[in-house]
Order: sequence, then structure tokens, then C-alpha cells
Amino acid sequence: MSRRSSALMIPLLLAVAGSLLAVDQTSAQPPGAPKELKIGVVSFLSGPGAPHSGIPTRQGAELLIEALNAGQVPPPHDKRGIGGVPIKAVYTDEAGPVDRQVTEFRRLVLDEKVNLVVGYISSANCPAIAPVADELRILTVFSICGTQRVFEDAEYKYVFRTRAHQIIDALGIARYVLAVKPDLKTIAGINQDYAWGRDSWATFSDTILQVKPDVRVVDALWPKLFAGDYSAEITKLLAAKPAVIFSSLWGGDLETFVAQATPRGLFDQSLVVFTVADNLLVPGPGRFVPTRTVFGARGLYGPLTPDTPLSRWFGGEFRKRHGYFPIHDPFNVAASILGAKAAFEKALAATGRWPTVEEVVKAFAHLEYEGAAGPIKMTLGKGHQAVEPVGFGIVKSFDPATHEVTLEQVKTFRVECVNPPAGVKSVDWIRQGFPGAVCP
Amino acid sequence: MERLVYIAVDGVIFASWLFLVSLGLTFIYGVLRVLNVAHGSLYALGAYMGSSLVLLFLRAGYPTALSYLVLLGAALLIGLAVGPFLERVFLRRIYLKEEVLVLLLTFAISLMLEDVIKLVWGVEPYLVNAPYLALGQVKVAGVAYAVYPFLLTGIAVAAGTLVWATMARTRFGRLVVSVIEDREISAASGVNVPLVFTFAFTLGAILAALGGAFTAPMISVVPGVAVEVIVLAFAVAAIGGLGSIEGAAIGALLVGLLRAAAVHLAPELDLLAIYAVMALVLLVRPYGLFGRAEVRRI
Amino acid sequence: MLPALAGLLLLAVVAPALPGWTIFLLSMAFAKALVVLGLVLLLRGGLVSFGHGMYYAAGAYAVGFAMKLLGIREALLLSAMGLAAGALLASVLGLLLARHRGLFFAMLNLAFSMILYAILLKFYWVTGGTDGMGVRQATFAGLLPSVAFLRLAYFYLTLGIAVVAFSLAHRVAGSPTGYLIRAARDNEVRVAYMGASVPQTIYRTYVLSGALGGLGGSLSALNVGHIVPELSYWTQSGEFVFVALLGGYGHVLGPLAGSIVFELVRNYAYKFSPYTWQLSLGAILLVIILFLPGGLWSLFERAVRWRTRWAFSSRPRI
Repeated sequence: MSRRSSALMIPLLLAVAGSLLAVDQTSAQPPGAPKELKIGVVSFLSGPGAPHSGIPTRQGAELLIEALNAGQVPPPHDKRGIGGVPIKAVYTDEAGPVDRQVTEFRRLVLDEKVNLVVGYISSANCPAIAPVADELRILTVFSICGTQRVFEDAEYKYVFRTRAHQIIDALGIARYVLAVKPDLKTIAGINQDYAWGRDSWATFSDTILQVKPDVRVVDALWPKLFAGDYSAEITKLLAAKPAVIFSSLWGGDLETFVAQATPRGLFDQSLVVFTVADNLLVPGPGRFVPTRTVFGARGLYGPLTPDTPLSRWFGGEFRKRHGYFPIHDPFNVAASILGAKAAFEKALAATGRWPTVEEVVKAFAHLEYEGAAGPIKMTLGKGHQAVEPVGFGIVKSFDPATHEVTLEQVKTFRVECVNPPAGVKSVDWIRQGFPGAVCP
Repeated sequence: MERLVYIAVDGVIFASWLFLVSLGLTFIYGVLRVLNVAHGSLYALGAYMGSSLVLLFLRAGYPTALSYLVLLGAALLIGLAVGPFLERVFLRRIYLKEEVLVLLLTFAISLMLEDVIKLVWGVEPYLVNAPYLALGQVKVAGVAYAVYPFLLTGIAVAAGTLVWATMARTRFGRLVVSVIEDREISAASGVNVPLVFTFAFTLGAILAALGGAFTAPMISVVPGVAVEVIVLAFAVAAIGGLGSIEGAAIGALLVGLLRAAAVHLAPELDLLAIYAVMALVLLVRPYGLFGRAEVRRI
Repeated sequence: MLPALAGLLLLAVVAPALPGWTIFLLSMAFAKALVVLGLVLLLRGGLVSFGHGMYYAAGAYAVGFAMKLLGIREALLLSAMGLAAGALLASVLGLLLARHRGLFFAMLNLAFSMILYAILLKFYWVTGGTDGMGVRQATFAGLLPSVAFLRLAYFYLTLGIAVVAFSLAHRVAGSPTGYLIRAARDNEVRVAYMGASVPQTIYRTYVLSGALGGLGGSLSALNVGHIVPELSYWTQSGEFVFVALLGGYGHVLGPLAGSIVFELVRNYAYKFSPYTWQLSLGAILLVIILFLPGGLWSLFERAVRWRTRWAFSSRPRI
């Protein structure tokens, strides 16, 4: 090789090396990263839980994952995929009994080889899946299930829940009721006869009686889950005339109840409070939200969604695709995915290479990050359980064209008011008179 | 006291719904000796078809007053389209086989229909309650009741009477009765037994769909309504005696009143009521209240 | 029977090499096969129980309560308790139910299973209601296997118990009770004229059937780690009847074949058509009912019979 050509070689080699490095920069794959990150998303795709919870959850996950892979999510989650690694989603049906779900979970992990699992709506599935997640050492983020038992009755290493449990709904709405009806005399409840209904009613009635012991519980009705007919229950409530009726009914049952109660004037006679009213905002023929009821959306969702860049973006995109502003379920699953992303990226930044599951789990505990509808703080359950504020209002009007509801007398309750402090069980916290609560 | 009035009214309302829902099931068993597990799916088909047809009807601007005819039409459509098809293509092949197989065949059909419904109508709930709201309310003992459930009562009574009258008064009805009594002798006497079977199954299917169609305005029609209905229909038909229309009526009244009583007096027992009644009745009268003992052939 | 045992032995040897979820699936298949076996023993007598979920649940909750209240963690002991719970429940209910036949037998079983479901749901402060009860990891002869071997341990436990149970059932099927119950299906009156007691035969078979159901329930609970009232719901019972038909009830091994195939098929139905798995499952059942009413086992029998067609065999086929 002549001297002149070798002199040319060096800049050429440098240019090639530089371009190679430049390519490496834009694809930004950390050392040791997998080719893609597989996420299992579990929600109801069939059966009565599908229309109001399961399908919106899947839609929310699809939306977010596509946007993450395209790098279209606003900051602070603007990095592509998770830590630069593209995400591939595997959707699975949450229907069927618990052993079916445990088998499905194992299949997702051992056969589909997912790297993490998010979702789960049913309170029966979460307590069953959690120990299996720890056994298989797979990061699992519960998105929606409401039972407080998951982190109050046990501890898990690989399991997280990125939304508050049912206490904020029932306790929050009890506080709301006490605020708008300070001279409350009688209450009644109509709830589905299973854990969600029982726990919700217990939280509500215990809270009311703790603050105002002179209130009388006129009735507690327990129609079975998916009963489909509430004529007799409505008759009884109309005859008893309680001042406030508490209901944690959701999904098709909620719709049927609203449809059957409205023409009979139940909502004119008593103040009916619904903790999961935002289910009624999913568009569908005939669906409406009755006026003069108290609207709960399991946190600050629905019309109470805080206006952040992420919520504006997510809500807007969702509305573009599906024609309505998302209810709590899509926001919740988005929060789970974003939480996992934040944990992965935090561990990545700490170690400089693709983190192990244990490192991610360590990063996730006590994490505070920006969710799709406001900040999420993993405060309870030794850093594995999130806390959220909650808000309620009375329905002033419902617009069937936009599927939106207008609320009046809106009150929001901060995190410290409706979530127990770390280490205290919800039931005990209420019985002891809410020590440590900070309520306005 | 008013509470008794409420229990009576609520009981009768629920009973008429139960009767309407279990009439088709008990009738099909009576004639064909087939326990049609797909009955729930036919109910669901009636509910979905009724809802979507009424929705289209009202969106096209036609008056709500005629929507009841649309519901009836939906039931007839489902019954006439699905009934003969299922009977001829599937059931006919296994009549001579064991009871268990027939039961499982209808179970397999119900599984398939569940997903067919999902494919056709999707998972979105249908809440088409204009026909329900249109009838307004009426005050009974100081409490407002919707009028629509009383319409359902009327329909249940009409359907039951119609079926009974067909069996008792028409010539074809008498042929059906003879097939019920003894299908071999009937066939030997020249009765077209396969035709009777097809007719009976179709009528049962229409009745199932009728129950679904007229219940639809009162509920949110979601996937899975079939599963809830089938157990209730079984229980009522069993209590009354499978194959007996009067039995189904009495059984429905019994369960309806008991459930209403439970809700008003002891809400905790709501869930147990129907199964406890079923177990008790069957223990005392194994063939149901009006059932006929099966002759054991030697 | 021998080839089947050989096959199971082979499976036991190969197990450590199989993927984790296959092991889990097979464990569940074996556990449920025991319940279906109980059903099949009754089916041979012409009796269908649409409520065997209650024995499944009884066995499962026996494990749950034994762990929670008595602190028992030994797997074999817990399985035995499950079997006892099923047998106890069946011995009580059998007194009421053994007098009924046909559809009414089926429906009474359904009614009682739904009553148990309602009780398990209602008494939520004892049973955990729909949230269910957790089952901690069991010990095997005092040893607590490490996480890596846990699934294998459950698999061997379930396999071992299944082998024992199926062998015993094969013996019972060939015993006088086994023959009598088949005779009762054909013609009860003649059996009575022969001097045998039909109600006693049915009662004995029913109790055995319940015991097997409880055993299956306990093994399943240990494997899954969580117990819910839905185990007693009629759809669970319906699934057992489905599998009984799928496998065929001509031979005691039918349930095993049916259960394994069912678990595999359902899993792949979930995987490949998660939106329409019921359609796939229903279609398969339909095909079997119309074209193969003897179940999968009849396929095997046809193959064997075809091979030995030319050989005269006087050994009765049970």
C-alpha cells in the first residue's frame, strides 16, 4: 500500500467507525438488551366483564404500546419502547375460573416467554396470581383489581399494583356524602354478593358510622353477580326511602339497575352514589348516566381526569380511535406499563446495562412516576402498592353525543385522606378512626 | 301490610319472567325427551336480535308503539331460522342414542352459539330500553312500578295459554300429545313423528327467543346472559316437573314469590333460595310437582 | 392396562426434561382425570352427575382449611384429607340421591352443588368468599422442595396418586360391584330379581365417586395454590362431564386420555383463538358426539380390536 492511500485509509476508517457508532447511537440499544420486550396483557375479552372493563383495557394497552414503540409518547416517557427496546404485546383472556388463570399465567411466562405481565381486573385472580409470580420470578403489575388483601395480607417481591385499591372508592364516597349531606340520617346499600360488593359496603358503612354513629342502616341488599333483574330490590328501596343509597355495582349490572330504577323514580327519592359510575361512559346504544346521582370513577378519572400533557395526549388519541374519552381502566393499564417502563429505565440508568429482574423490582419499589392521568406514588405494601387521590361530584347532565357527563359540587380528596398510612390495614384504620389522615 | 303487597307484586313479576323463560325448555323436554342446554343461547339470541332490530327500527324513525311487534318478530325470526336447523342437522342424528349424549350435544351447541353471538354482535352491551320506558309507571301501594313488567306477565300468560290450547284443542296438538305418550305407537299409527319433533323444537326455540326478546328492553344485554338463564330455567322446569306446562307455572310462582320474600324479608338468602327449593322439591317429589314418572321398561 | 402403565412410567422418567408449563398442565390433567374417573364409574351405571364440582370443591377446601386451621402442610396427608372430605360428603348425599335416576339424578346433583357454591360464597369470613383461599406450598415427606423442583414434585405426587387410583378403579370395575352397576344400567328390575341390591351398589359407587372427586380437588388445589367457590359451580361440573364423554367411559383409562387431550386442546384454543375458544371447543365436542360417541378411548379400542380381530379372545373386556 502506498503512503498516500494509507493516509487516506485512516480518515476512511475513522469515518466508517464514526458512522457505525452514530448508527448505534440512534438505535440506542443498551448493552445486554433483548431484541424485544414481551408484555403479557390480561383482561376480560369474553363474558360480562368484557364490554366495560376488559376491552377498554386492551384498547388502552394497544394504544400505549404502539405509541411507545413509535416514540410518540410525550415526556417524561418519550424514550422509545422500554429503555429503547421495542415492546411486543401478548393479549390473553381473563375469563374462566382461577385455576385456568393460573395455568394461563404460567403459559404466558414459560411458553410465550413474556418478560412481564400487566392487567388483571378480577379481585379473585390477583391474590391467586401473586404467589405464582414470585415463584416464577416474573415482574407482574396489577392494573385494576380492587381487593385490598393483595398487599395487606401478604408480601410479594415481584408483584406491584399501580392503582389504589377499593378503599379510596368507598371511603372517599362516604366522606363526600358526609360533606354534602351533613345531617344524614339513613343509609342503605345495594351491592353484588361477592367480595368486591361486600368489601365496598363494609368500608362505606363503617366509615359513615365511625364519623356519625347516629346514622341508621335501613337496608343492605345483596343481589347475585350478574343477576339481571332488580325489580324487587328497587321496590324495597322505594318503600324504605333511605336518604342515601350506596352501590358498587359495575358493568352490565350497573346499566340494568340504572335502566330499571330510573322510570320508577328511585334517583329522585334518594341520593344514590355509584363508585364505578364511569362504566356508563363507554358508548353504547341506550347507555346514559342518571342525573342527581353521585358519580365515582375509581379515582380522578372520567370528567375529573387531571389535565397533564400525558392525559391530554392519551385521552385525545383514545378518543380519536374509539370515539370516547377513556374511563379508568385504560388509564390504569397505561399506568402499569408506564410504571414498568420507569422502573426498567431507572435500573438501566443505575447499572449502565440491561438490568436483571431483581434490579428492576428494586427500582420499582417506592417509585414515584408520572402516570397517564397524574402522578403515581408506590407508597403502601412496602413500596409495591400505589396510592391515589379520588374525587366525586353530582351528575348535572349527560351528553349522549359526546358520552360526557357534567358534574357539580365536585370535591376531591387527597391521598392522605383516603389511603391508610403505610403498614396499617384498611379495616383497622377505619375502626380506629383514621389515625394519621389529613382531610380538609 | 304493604310489604305483603310488594312481595306479591314483585313475586308475580319475577314468576312471569321465570315462566316465560322456562316454558320452551319444559315443552321441548315433554315432546322430545331432550333437555336443551342450548335454550339459554336461544334466549340470548332472541335478546340480541330483538335489541338490534328495535334499535334499527327506532333509528329509522318508526314509532315506539310498534317496537313490541318488532320484538315479537325477532323472536319468530330466531325460532324459525335456528330451531329447524338445529333439530334437523344435529339432534336428529342422535335421538336413538343415550340421553347423556343428547344433553352433551345441546351443551356443545350452546358453547358454539355463545361465540357466534359474540362474532355477530360483538361484546358491546345493548341497552335498548325505549319500549320499557314508553309504558311509563303505575303506583301500587305507594311505590312506583314500571308498567312494562306487567306486559311481560301478560305475554307469559298468553304464551302459556297458547301452547296449552294448541295441545288441547287443535288436531295437530293432539298428534303431539300422542307422540308424547308413546312415540313408537304414534309412528306405527301413521303420525309423522319427525315432523312433530321439528315443530316442537321450533316452538320451544321461538318461546326461548320470545323470553329473550321481551326481556331485552329491561336489561343490559351482555355476553353471558345465556349462562345465568339456563340454570334458572332448569330449576323452575325441574320443580314443576319436566314436560308439564302447569308445573312450570306453579314452579315459577313458587320460586318467584320465595325470591321476592327473601329480598324483602331476608336479603341474605337471595342466592340460596332457588337451589334450596329445587333440592327440597326434588327430594320429596323426584319427578317435580306435576311430573310424570318414567315407566321403567323391563 | 399394562401398556398404559408403561406409558406413564415413561412419562415419569422423561418429566424432568419437559418444559415447566407442560408439567403443570399434565399435573392438572391428572388431578382432574381423577374427578372424571369418579364420574365415569357412575356413568357406567347410566347415572350422570351434573354436580361433581361439589366434591372437587370439598377436596380443595379441605386442603385449604387443614392448612389454615390445623397447620398441616404434608402433601400426602392433605390429599388423603381431600379424599376423606369427598367420601364423607358423598356418603351423606348419597343416602338422598341414590334413589333417583336419569335426569333427576343429574339435576339433584346440580342443585346440591349450587347450594354448596352459595354457602362457600356467603360465608366469606370463613372461606374468603369469591376472593378465595390461598394454599401455601406443601411439604413432601417433610421436605420442602426448592422452587426449581416444586412443579416436578407436584407432578410426581399427582402422577403417583393417579396411577394408584386408576389401578384401584380398574379393579373395582372388574369386581362384582362394577359388573352389577353395568347390569343395573341395562335393567334394574332383573338385577333385583337376581338377588343383588341396586340401591346399595349405586350408593357404594357414589361414595367411591365422591372420594375420587375430593382427591382430585385436593391435588388440584395444591397445584394451583388458590381455591375459589367457583369450583362448585355448574360450569365446572359440566366440564367434567364433557371430559368424561371426550375420553369415553368404556374403559377406566378413558378419563385419563380425555383429560390430557382436553387440557391441551383448551390451552391451544386459548392461544390461537382467544376470542373464540368456546366455538372451537364446542365444535370438537360436536364432532366427537356425532362421529365418535364412545369417546377417544373407542378409537384406541377399535385399533386394538382390528389388530386382534383374527385372534379369538375370551377375556372379557371391561
